[in-house]
Amino acid sequence: MTNVPLLSVEGLTMRYGTRTGCADVSFDLHDGEVLAVVGESGSGKTTLLRLLAQELAPDAGRVRYRMRDGGVRDLATLDEAAQRLLARTEWGYIRQDATDGLRMSVSAGGNAGERLMAIGMRHYGQIRGAASDWLRRVEIDPARIDETPQSFSGGMRQRLQIARNLITEPRLVLMDEPTSGLDVSVQARLLDLVRGLVTELGLAIVIVTHDLAVARLLSHRMMVMRRGCVIETGLTDRVLDDPEAPYTQLLVSSVLAA
Amino acid sequence: MTHLPQLALEDVGKSFTLHLRGGVRLPVLSGLSFTVRRGECVALGGPSGTGKSSVLRMVYGNYRCDEGAIKVRDEGEWVDVASATPRRIIALRRRAMGHVSQFLRVIPRIGALDLVAAAGRDSGLDFEAADARARELLGRLNLPARLWTLPPATFSGGEQQRVNIARGLIGNHPLLLLDEPTASLDARNRAAVIGLARQRRDSGCAVLGVFHDAEVRAALADREIDLGRFTRVVAAEAV
Amino acid sequence: MTGAIGYNFAYLDEQTKRMIRRAILKAIAIPGYQVPFASREMPMPYGWGTGGVQVTAAVLGPRDVLKVIDQGADDTTNAVSIRAFFRNTAGIATTTRTSEATVIQTRHRIPEGRLHEGQILVFQVPIPEPLRFLEPRETETRRLHALAEYGLMQVKLYEDISRHGHIATTYAYPVAVEGRYVMDPSPTPKFDNPKMDNSPALQLFGAGRERRIYAVPPYTNVRSLDFEDHPFRAQEFAEPCALCGAIGVYLDEVVMDDRGRRMFVCSDTDHCETRRAAGHRGGAFGL
Repeated sequence: MTNVPLLSVEGLTMRYGTRTGCADVSFDLHDGEVLAVVGESGSGKTTLLRLLAQELAPDAGRVRYRMRDGGVRDLATLDEAAQRLLARTEWGYIRQDATDGLRMSVSAGGNAGERLMAIGMRHYGQIRGAASDWLRRVEIDPARIDETPQSFSGGMRQRLQIARNLITEPRLVLMDEPTSGLDVSVQARLLDLVRGLVTELGLAIVIVTHDLAVARLLSHRMMVMRRGCVIETGLTDRVLDDPEAPYTQLLVSSVLAA
Repeated sequence: MTHLPQLALEDVGKSFTLHLRGGVRLPVLSGLSFTVRRGECVALGGPSGTGKSSVLRMVYGNYRCDEGAIKVRDEGEWVDVASATPRRIIALRRRAMGHVSQFLRVIPRIGALDLVAAAGRDSGLDFEAADARARELLGRLNLPARLWTLPPATFSGGEQQRVNIARGLIGNHPLLLLDEPTASLDARNRAAVIGLARQRRDSGCAVLGVFHDAEVRAALADREIDLGRFTRVVAAEAV
Repeated sequence: MTGAIGYNFAYLDEQTKRMIRRAILKAIAIPGYQVPFASREMPMPYGWGTGGVQVTAAVLGPRDVLKVIDQGADDTTNAVSIRAFFRNTAGIATTTRTSEATVIQTRHRIPEGRLHEGQILVFQVPIPEPLRFLEPRETETRRLHALAEYGLMQVKLYEDISRHGHIATTYAYPVAVEGRYVMDPSPTPKFDNPKMDNSPALQLFGAGRERRIYAVPPYTNVRSLDFEDHPFRAQEFAEPCALCGAIGVYLDEVVMDDRGRRMFVCSDTDHCETRRAAGHRGGAFGL
C-alpha cells in the first residue's frame, strides 16, 4: 500500500455567476477509502462530484490523481482523450438517475459490456461472459442479460449501473445519491453490495448522499458541506457521534431514528 | 511484552458545546492523565455523568479530544489519537485497539456470524481464520447457533450485546476498550465475558473498561481510576 | 455540350460547386470523416438523392459519361430521372455500361464488376452518422469520432448478436476507413462492403438533408467491423442468377405471377445484360 493518495484535491472552487457551487474544497483519498459527502440539496455536493469527474471545469484549485504507473498527474493537464480513457477504465460514475447512467434501449449485457468494447475487446463470447459474470455479482439473474433496463426495477437499474462501471475494475468510483428513491429493503441490498465490493476490490469511493445512515454504513470519512463550503470533516462515526459545527449538530439531530 | 505501557492519557480535557441550545458549553473532564500497561485491566470509576464512556470513546477516536494527548502504541510507534488523521485512526483501530460499545450497530442483511467475522477480517485475519474465530467466540458467548446466520436487528438486547462483544474481541488487539460489556447479560453470560476478557488480559492485552457491576469489576480490574476527581466543576460559561 | 437554357452547367451555380468541391477535397484528405457542407435545395425531395446529386454536379465535367443506378438497376424511376436531370442541365453523355462510365451515382449498390482508376462512385446517403443509432447527440458523436472512441459501434453489433445469434445488420454495415474513422457506407447491402476495400475508384458520399460529405480515396483500406468470434461475412446466395447464371453476385427476388412463382436475378442489370450478351445463360432464360 502506497502512502501517496489516489486522489488529491486542493482548493477546488467553482462559481455559478454570483452563486457559489463549491468553495475551496480540499481532501485526499487513498485506495480503499470511502468518503461520504453529506449536506442538504444545493450544498455543492454534486458540483464537487462533477468537478472531480472533470465534467465541470473549476474556477480555481486542482485535482491530482495517481495513475496506475504511480505517477501523479494534475487532471486538468491531461488532454480530453486521456481524461476520457481514465473515465472509462480507472473511474466509475454512478448517477442518481439510472436513466442518465445507462443506455436504456440497449440490453443489460450490452450496457455491462460497453466499457470492455470501448477499450478494444473484440471477442463477443468473452464480453458476454464478463457481462454475465458481473450481472451475477450485482445479483441480477444472468438469464435477463438480453433484456433492456426499461423492464428493470429501480434497484436493478442501479445495480446494472454498478456492473457497467465496475467491469473494467476501476480504482475510483463516484456515486451521486445512488440509493435515493429506492425502497428501504432495496436500498439495504444495494448498500450491502457496495460494501462487499469495497472490501473485495479495494475501491476508493466518493459518495454524495443526504442520508446520514448511508454515510455511516458505507464511509470511513465524512465531509459535511453547506453552501459550497466544507463545514466539518473527520472520521464518519466521530462526525456523527460528536458533531462539532452548529450545522452538523443540526443535521445529526434532525435525523429520524427508526 | 507485558508491563509495557500500551495507552497513555496526558492532561486530557473534553467539553461539549451544544449549538442547538444557544451554544451552552458542558464541561466533562480536564487534566486527566493515566497509563494502562499490557497485561493490566484498568476500570474507570466515578458517579454516572463523570464521562467514563466519553473517555473510552475519545481513546477510540469516536469523540474529539479537546485538550491533551491520547497516545496508543501501534507496533512500536506511539500514535496520538487526539491529533492523528482519520486514516491513521482507522489503521489504529484495525491493528491496535478493539472497542466493545454499549450498543450494537446492526448492518442490514448481514448475519451475526458474518458481522463478527468481518470485524476479524478488518483486523487482518484471513477468511478462514476469521470465520473459525467468530464461531469460537459466539460459541463461548452462548449465542444459540440457530441465530448465527440471522441479522441481529431482531435479537434481544443480551443477544445483540454478545455479538458486539465478539466483534470487539475477535481482532486480538493489544488494547481493548470495554464499555459496560455485561450490562444486559445474565449471570452465565456475564461469567463467559469475564472469562474471555481475563484471558485477553492475561495474554498481555491492555484492558480499559467501564464496569457498573461490582462483581465484574472485582473479577477483572487490577485498579480503578476515579474520574470524579477530574470532572470539571466549572459552571457553564455565559454566552 | 450545353445544358438546358437558363441553367448553369449541371444545375448548380459555380460558387456552390466550388464550395462542394472544397468539402469533397477535405473529405478525400481525411478518409471517412464527415465534412459539413452547405447543402442546397434541389428540384427533388429529400430522400431522392439530393446529396448524391449535389456531389455529382460538383464533379461532372463536359466530357464525363454518367451512369445512375438505383438498387443496381439503371431503369428504375430514381435512376431514370437523375440521369435525365443531368442530361438536361449539363448536356453530358449518359450510359448504362459500368465500364464506360466516368461518374456513377448510386443508391444502395456497388456495381459487380471491378471499377477502374479514374472512375468516381457517388453514393446517396440518408443518415451519414453510424453512431446515431445509440447516441442521438451530434455534439457527442462528433467527440466520439474525434477521439476514435468506437466502443459504441461495437455495442450495436453486440446487440445484433445477442438478439439474432449473428450480426443481423445486412445493410449500412459500419466500416473502419484506413484504421481511423468509422463510416456508414450508406444503405448498400453488406455484400458490397468488400468492394469498397482497396478500390481503384474514388468513392464519394453525399447526404443532402444531413449536410455531410465524406469520401474513400482510391486504394484505401476499408474494414467491416466485427468480433473475433463473429467475423464479418457477406451474404451468400444459394443459387445462380436465373437469367445469366452468374454466381457470387447480389441477387434480387422477382415475383413472377400471382401463384407464388419467383426467381432470383442479378441486382446489377448492366452486369446481367453484359453476361447474357456474352452468351451466359441462367435456368430461367427465355421464360
